[in-house]
Amino acid sequence: MGILGKARAKSPWILHFDAGACNGCDIEVIACLTPVYDVERFGMMNIGNPKHADILLVTGTCNLRNARVLKNLYAQMPEPKAVVAIGACALSGGVFHECYNVLGGVEGIIPVDVWVPGCAPKPEAIIEGAVMAVQRMQERASGKVQPSEDESEDEHA
Amino acid sequence: MNPIALGALTLVIAPILGGLLMGLDRRITARLQNRLGPPILQPFYDVGKLMGKQPVACNSFQGVAASLYLMTSVLALLMFVLGQDLLVLLFVLALGAVMLILGGFSVKSPYSQLGSQREVLQMLAYEPLLVLMVVGVYLQTGSFSANSVLALDRPLLLTMPIFLVTQTLVIGIKLHKSPFDVSASHHAHQELVRGIYTEFSGLQLALIELAHFYELVLLLGFVWFLWHTNWLVGAALALAAYFSTILMDNVTARMTWRWLVSFMWTWGIGLAVANLAAIYFMLRVPR
Repeated sequence: MGILGKARAKSPWILHFDAGACNGCDIEVIACLTPVYDVERFGMMNIGNPKHADILLVTGTCNLRNARVLKNLYAQMPEPKAVVAIGACALSGGVFHECYNVLGGVEGIIPVDVWVPGCAPKPEAIIEGAVMAVQRMQERASGKVQPSEDESEDEHA
Repeated sequence: MNPIALGALTLVIAPILGGLLMGLDRRITARLQNRLGPPILQPFYDVGKLMGKQPVACNSFQGVAASLYLMTSVLALLMFVLGQDLLVLLFVLALGAVMLILGGFSVKSPYSQLGSQREVLQMLAYEPLLVLMVVGVYLQTGSFSANSVLALDRPLLLTMPIFLVTQTLVIGIKLHKSPFDVSASHHAHQELVRGIYTEFSGLQLALIELAHFYELVLLLGFVWFLWHTNWLVGAALALAAYFSTILMDNVTARMTWRWLVSFMWTWGIGLAVANLAAIYFMLRVPR
């Protein structure tokens, strides 16, 4: 890992997208920024801008309205990047899975690197997921792993 | 010292010093918010990471704007260190700021557009104070050159005390600190996302960050000027001004651009002009 790799590992900027969660997961994501958990220790910042972001945190189910927005945000993030799906809804659709407008989890819309299960997951689990996403991003940047959806099965957190 | 060696030394040391000060800023901000905060070297990690990102640009002018912003910041600092004309230095600095604004305007994103418009207003707020400080130097030395200040045998602060306050405000506006962060926020995002910086990404943003390192050293250099006779006192003044802006950032909320411009044009310029008038009528050195 060269200087560039170290800098990348130390400065992951986060974009948080609420695709349609009940806000439970979002509260837990925001809790990571508070003095108790303080993810800025790891250089993480909630940057709110896809063009500056390295890690996309997605909460909530995808539906016909927001899938386009999610794809757009993902496309606007420059490589290397990683996606973390947070909470039962982002994993599979959760309790909303059978709703007429719900497409299911994030997986079908954009490639996901790390899954963080829970309803809602604890901030500790979200931080661990983000740290795993950083490792994943490192591997991809160094050419060990190609960006593809099919081999992410072993990354279930 | 040989001017070429001094210039080369400045080119290397200034970004290191500026980056460390910015890292210290993030650490102190975190401690003020009862958090642990990132490592002191965080700004360097950020710049390094941004340099390694995939290049994405909306148009070819964005890259030109970011590089010109960096080049003018470096040039302005070099002019300062080599004792050149302070008025020309301010014009070079303003040219860089305008380049950044044009870069923001070159993209059709509403965040970038609105951020650029507000950045023009921020320039309107701080530029007169910088020029008035240089006028104060002229009134006492009869020259706009930075070297003429070093030739003075007494500190400028004794005759220009108000400019320590206005220079602190200028640093706050230049670094986009609260309550002056109308066009973009220094650390986090606000209602314009990242304002003028929204559409710059990857290497372009890294160049802009690097320019901020140089610019911070230059702005603190202006404060240091107020007590040039003893460099330790000057450095202490510069650090005090810098930490005042950090404290101000953490205890105030953002105000509107209307407040910013009217505050700086009444209190800021009013006090500065009063100080200049006092110098003109009472303390003017006969020549």
